[in-house]
Amino acid sequence: MQDTHEPKNKGKTSSNMAHSGTVSAEPALKIEGLRKVYASRDGKEGKGHEALKGVSLTVHAGEFFALLGPNGAGKSTLIGILSGLVVKTGGTAEVCGVDMDAHPEKAKSFIGLVPQEFNLNWFETSLQIVVNQAGYYGISTKDVLPRAEQLLKDLGLWEKRNDQSRTLSGGMKRRLMIARALIHEPKVLLLDEPTAGVDVELRREMWEFLRELNASGTTIILTTHYLEEAEQLCREVAIINHGEIIKKGTVKSLLTNINFVTLLLDTTAPVSTAEMTLLRDYPLTKVDDTTLELKLAPGQTVNDSIRKLSAVGVQIANIRNTGSRLEEVFINLIEKK
Amino acid sequence: MALSNSLNSTMTTHRAPIVIGFLTMVRKETVRIFRIWSQTLLPPVVTTTLYFAIFGTFIGSQIAKIDGFSYILFIVPGLVMMAVITSSYSNVVSTFFGAKMQRYLEELLVSPLPNWVVIFGFVSGGVIRSLLVAVLVLLVALFFTHLVIFNLAIIFAAAFLTSILFSLAGLVNGIYAKSFDAINIVPTFVLTPLTYLGGVFYSVDRLPPFFRELSLLNPILYMVNAFRYGFLGISDVSLRTSFIVMVVLICVLLALALWLFQKGNGLKS
Repeated sequence: MQDTHEPKNKGKTSSNMAHSGTVSAEPALKIEGLRKVYASRDGKEGKGHEALKGVSLTVHAGEFFALLGPNGAGKSTLIGILSGLVVKTGGTAEVCGVDMDAHPEKAKSFIGLVPQEFNLNWFETSLQIVVNQAGYYGISTKDVLPRAEQLLKDLGLWEKRNDQSRTLSGGMKRRLMIARALIHEPKVLLLDEPTAGVDVELRREMWEFLRELNASGTTIILTTHYLEEAEQLCREVAIINHGEIIKKGTVKSLLTNINFVTLLLDTTAPVSTAEMTLLRDYPLTKVDDTTLELKLAPGQTVNDSIRKLSAVGVQIANIRNTGSRLEEVFINLIEKK
Repeated sequence: MALSNSLNSTMTTHRAPIVIGFLTMVRKETVRIFRIWSQTLLPPVVTTTLYFAIFGTFIGSQIAKIDGFSYILFIVPGLVMMAVITSSYSNVVSTFFGAKMQRYLEELLVSPLPNWVVIFGFVSGGVIRSLLVAVLVLLVALFFTHLVIFNLAIIFAAAFLTSILFSLAGLVNGIYAKSFDAINIVPTFVLTPLTYLGGVFYSVDRLPPFFRELSLLNPILYMVNAFRYGFLGISDVSLRTSFIVMVVLICVLLALALWLFQKGNGLKS
C-alpha cells in the first residue's frame, strides 16, 4: 500500500464471508418505474439518451446489495437520483419509507454517498471536510468531533486530519469520502465504484470495513465492475443493462444457475493446429500458444477433456479458474441482451 | 481499517439542519476569506488607495466642490460602494464556481439542507467579505480626508442590501457558468462599466438631460446614491426609489436562484 499511514488493523485476515448483516423485512429502498432521459446535445430536456427505462427495485434494510452492469448501463444515474444529484424524469423512490418527492430533505438525511469521482475541497483539511459535512446534516461541531475522530482513526486518516485533501493519496481520498459519507450515521450507504483505482490490499481492507459496517446495521448499496467484489460482499445483486434490470436475486441463486464452467489450461508446450483439429469435438478454444480455454456444459467433466488432451500428446501444467463465477453469469446475461 | 464498536453512540440525537447548516456555511466562507486574505481583502484596499490618491488628492484638489462637499469627500461613498459590489460579486461567483468545478458542491446537494439555506450560505460569504472590505476602505479613506456621517442606518442598509444583491448576481452567474471565462465576462463587460457610469465619480445632475435619463436605467446609480446619502445627506435620486430598486432586484435574483436550484439547471444532471 502506498499510503504513508496504514489502517490500524493492517494485516488482519479477511473473513471472506459475504453479507454478515441482519436483513429486515422493511424496505430501506423502494423504487418504482424510475426513468431518466437526459437532455439532448442541443439542450432539449428529455430528448437525449434514456439512461433508465422504468427501473423498479426493492432493497431491504440491513441488506448488502450490488448493482452490476457495464459502463453506461445506468448504475451511476440510479445512484445519482437516489442521492439528489440527478433529476429523475419519472417514477418514485422511497428511502426508509419516506417519499423522495414529498419529503426530499428527510429522505436525504437517511443517505450517505461515496461517489465514484473525487469531490473533495482541495484546500480543506480532512477534519474540516467531515466536520463541515456533519454541519450540513444539522450536527454541531461539538457533537460531531468524537465521531469524526473515531471515524478518521478507523479509516487510518487521523494522522492526516490537518492535511489538505489535495495532499492525500488516492486511497486516502477514497477513505476520506467514506468517512464523510458516514459522519451523519446514514441508514443507507450508497457506494459508486468504491474501490476503483484502489490497490488490492487496501481494497480488501475496505471490504472488511464495509462488512463490519453492514453487520452494525447499515444498509449498503454499491455499484461495482469488480464482480469479485459483489460476490465477496453482497447477498443480493441486480444486473442492469441499457437502463433496465435484467436479473435480480441472491448471489447464491445466480451462481447455482450457471450452466457452464470455464477453466484455463496452461500447457507445457505450444499446442499445434493439428492437435487442435484432433480436439475439435471437445469444448476447447485456443487462447494463445500455451493456453486453452475449457468451457464445460452441464454433464461434461474435466476428466474427459484431460484424458483426450493426454491422448493427443498435450500435457497440462496448470489449471486455472477464469476469475469470478459471478462474472460468468454477468457476461452470459449481457451477451443474451 | 476496522469499525469501532462505539462508533454509533458518540453523537446526541438533536439535529437542526437549517440553523447549524447555515452557520457551517458561514464559518466555512469566513475561514476562506481570512485564509486567502491577500486575494479577498487586500486588492480592493490597494485599488481604492490609488483612487483616493489620484482622483481624490491629485486631481480632486483641482475640481470645484459638489453640493458643498470637496471632491474627495464626494467620491468616498462611491468608491466604497464600488468595492462592496466587486467583492460581493466576485466572492460568490468564485466560491460557487470553484465548488462546482471541483465537485464538492455535491456535499451540499446531497445534504438535507433546503435550497434557500444553501443560497443564503453562499450569499453570506459575499456579504461578510464585502462588509469587511467596506470597513477597510473607509479606514484607508481616513488617511486622505475626514468622514461625514449623515445617517448610519442608511449607510449600513444600503451596503447590506447591495452586498446581498450582488452576491445573488454572482451566484446566478456561477450557476450558469461552464468555464472560467464565463465568470469573468460579467464583471469585466457589465459590472465595471455600470459602476463607473453609476455616479461614483460625478453627480448625474450635472450631465446633459439625455445622459441623465440614460443613467437612471443603471441600477448601480441608486445604490451609490443611497450610500452617499447616508454619508453626506445628498442624492441624485430619491432615497425611497433607491431602496425599492434594491429590494425588487434582490427579490428577482433570489427567485431566479431558487428556480435554478429547484430545476437543477447548471447544478444537476
